Formats: sequence, C-alpha cells, structure tokens
Amino acid sequence: MTTPFLLLSDEDNVLVAMRHVKAGSSIDIEGITVSLALDIPLAHKIARRDIAEGETVRKYGMPIGVATAAIAQGEHVHVHNIRSAYTPTYALQDADGRDSAVNAKVGAA
Amino acid sequence: MTGIMGYLRQDGRKGIRNTVVVAYLVECANFVATKIVAGFPDDDVQLIGFPGCFPNEYAQAMMEKICTHPNVGAALFISLGCESFDKVRATKAVADSGRPVKTMVIQKSGGTRSTVDMGRDWVRGALAEVAGTKRVPMAVSELIIGTICGGSDGTSGISGNPAAGKAFDLLVAEGAACIFEETGELIGCEEIMAERAATPELADELRASVAKAARYYDTLGYGSFAAGNATGGLSTIEEKSLGAYVKSGDSKISGLIKPGDVPPSGGLYLMDVVPDGEVRFGFPNISDNAEIVEMIASGAHLTLFVTGRGSVVGSAISPVIKICANPDTYRNLSDDMDVNAGAIIEGTASLMEVGQEIHDLVIAVAAGQQTKSEALGHREFILTYKTFDPIGPACLPRSAA
Repeated sequence: MTTPFLLLSDEDNVLVAMRHVKAGSSIDIEGITVSLALDIPLAHKIARRDIAEGETVRKYGMPIGVATAAIAQGEHVHVHNIRSAYTPTYALQDADGRDSAVNAKVGAA
Repeated sequence: MTGIMGYLRQDGRKGIRNTVVVAYLVECANFVATKIVAGFPDDDVQLIGFPGCFPNEYAQAMMEKICTHPNVGAALFISLGCESFDKVRATKAVADSGRPVKTMVIQKSGGTRSTVDMGRDWVRGALAEVAGTKRVPMAVSELIIGTICGGSDGTSGISGNPAAGKAFDLLVAEGAACIFEETGELIGCEEIMAERAATPELADELRASVAKAARYYDTLGYGSFAAGNATGGLSTIEEKSLGAYVKSGDSKISGLIKPGDVPPSGGLYLMDVVPDGEVRFGFPNISDNAEIVEMIASGAHLTLFVTGRGSVVGSAISPVIKICANPDTYRNLSDDMDVNAGAIIEGTASLMEVGQEIHDLVIAVAAGQQTKSEALGHREFILTYKTFDPIGPACLPRSAA
C-alpha cells in the first residue's frame, strides 16, 4: 500500500500529508493499517505513533511543540492538541464558529 | 558569461534596473507623489515613501540607502513642508551619490496641482538623463539576493524553502551575497544555525539575535505567525521556523547584518530585523513587504519570495521572484507565480531541479527579464518606525580581519 504521508526524519513522531486525504481512508503507518477519522488537508500532520500528553512533538527531527492531550496513532496533530514552547499560536474561527485551522473537522461532520 | 549588463553607478556598484523613484516624506504628501507617478504608466517610475510625521533615524537612513540603491537612477522627494523628516540631509545623500535629485515642498509650490505638474516635468527630465547611464558587464559575484517567505503553509518547508536554499547554495558558491532574515521566524533553530557560523563569536551573535526576537515577540503576545499559517497546517512558530530556516541552504554563515548594512563581500548573511532596546513602535515588520524593503536597503538587487498560501506581492526598486511551494495554490494563482516548487510535492521535479531553475531565473531577471509581479505592475513598499544599535565587531568576521 502506498502512503500519501511523508516521514521527514527518523526521529519524528508525525507524518505530513502530501495531498488531501479523505476521512475513512485506510492508510499504512509502518505496517499498521489505520482508518482516518477526519479529512487531512495537504501539508497537515498525523501522529506516526501514539503520543502522550506532555510529550515533545518532532518534525524534521526537531521539536515543534508539546502535546496538550494524548494523541492516537493516525490522529490529526495540530493547534487543538499541541502548543508552542515559545509563543502561543493565533488561529481564526470560521463563520460557523469552527477553528479554521482544524478544517479536518469538516470531513467528520 | 551571464549576459547581465549592469547600470554603473558612481560608487562602483551596479544595478539591474534603472528606476526613477518619487518618495513622499510624510503621508500628507502621498497623494501628490502618487499623482506624479501616475503620469508615467509606461516608464520605470516608482512610488515609495515614509508615512510618519515624527523623526526616526532608522527611517531616515533607510530612505537614503534606498534612494542610492544601485537599481535607482534618480530620486524626487515630495515634502508637505512641516514634517520632521530631514529632507536636506536626504537630498544631500542622493546628490553626493551622483544621482539627479530634487526636493519639492507642496506648501511652497502652490499646492497639489502645481506640485504635480512640476514633479512630472522634473521626472521627464530625469528619465532622459538616466537613459544615458553607462551599461557594463556584471558578474554573479556582484549580485546581492535576498530571500523571504510569506503566506507560508505546511508545504513551504518541504518544497519551496529548501529549493530556495539550493539556489542560495549555488549563488553563494558563485560568489554572490545572499541574505536571509526574520529572526522571529528562526525561533527554535538558533542552535543548528549557530553551528554554521564562520566563527564562535559570530555564533554567539546569531544565538543572541534569535533570543532577542523571542523576547520581543513574547512581549507583544504574538509570534511571527499569521492565522493562515495555521489553516495551512503549521501548528507552532517553531514548526514555521524550521520550514523557513531551510531557505538559507547549507552554506557557512559569513555574517550578521542589520537593515541598511550592505554585505561586504560574497557569502551568506543573516539579517537581524528585530529592533534593539525596549519594545516600542509595535511589531518588528508589520507585513512581508517591510522585510523586502529592509533587504533592498542592504543592497538586494532582487528577492526570492517563497509562498504556500499564495502571496501576490512584488516590490518597488528590486524585482521579486515568487516561488510557490503548494501545488494547489500554484494551479489557482499561476499568473502570479514564477516557479512551481509544488512539483516537488507531487513528485514531478526534484529539489535540485527546482533549485537550479530558481538560480537560472535569478540570472535571467538580473539580465532584464521581468518577473510575474513586475510585469503585473506590483510595486509594494512599506517603511515604518524602528530603533537599531549598530552591529557588533563579531558580526562581520571576515571584513574585520
């Protein structure tokens, strides 16, 4: 099974979508088949493996933030479940009150 | 041979364009300056300016550097008359550089209509004069190239920025001076960046510049991170930073400069754009064009602009090459984009191929080819208030040696 998700560094615990991947898609994460609960837009991230609350999130082999909740393998990793170790991230709400950054929720509706 | 024929200026620097600038020295003179420029739709006459009425050494120095930039052939200053900008000092700086310069004061020139008429007359004469500027062969090693990213998304750090980094590596190897910037978007990268410094003392300066940016943005309460960055998949400033950092390529870092400092020789330079001292005047750079203007003040002949969400801006004075990291954005905005780095995401081009394409386009644009934003008429310009201390002795180790 080819995967639309890219691993940037062996040390990473996230994978990056190289195209928009629809909710319900079965994807292979290093031999384990995971069904995506939500749409994952191009260049958004999913968990490569289970990430514990408080664990450092790594991309490019470097820390990009800290998990604010437990994140399951295959789950969308974004502003709703990780935070910066420096300054808070600013995101806007859509007109319907949804966080526009976490537009994967659209696919779940 | 590169085929680049530069415009030779009296200080020995060479330009790739031959622009007549009309600069308003306070917002109150903007309308008149804009009207003067509007009289020349088919000539290289460009509007720049500074909106504030209060004096500011940074803005004064930036204006003088920009009006004596090698891409500029002549300058017309439009003053209302009562603003605090030192027009006498600015006029002398341009005159001393050997360029035609004129200052018109609206309050002494009979108001809007007559100043517009006088301004257009002067510009007509200046265009004829700069048309005679001597052209001479120009080597890649005489180019200064800046890079920024704007409207970044999760593709920027995977395709567009690393491809720009490959182009920078090629240009630095050919002796060009390349500038990367926005220390607020290098937060989280300070250690890996410091390892590339030419000297340990410069490494300390690089770390300190990022620490200053982190403090500054922390006080302001917002990182250098727009809402659209998050929509595009970036979750934190450090994630954005790591993507932005790769624009710098793999070359050794030769020095740290501040806006207006011209790189003393070829190599790779970090520009520290965050003001010194206590936080004042607001955000360091209110939007992308303020950063482009600062690199132009440091002599950048052209700028590589990497975008994922899809910026359409160009710049006054120096052409902007737009590199689109996101293949969907490229399809949507292809009339505005010079390079499709989204091909890397889709697997139809390699990083090295796109890096080479960017490098070759830099040479072609330097030789006169118009970029997409240039042809569309984009000439954005922003200059605001800042405060800087001069760079320390460890910042330019080679020139100090």
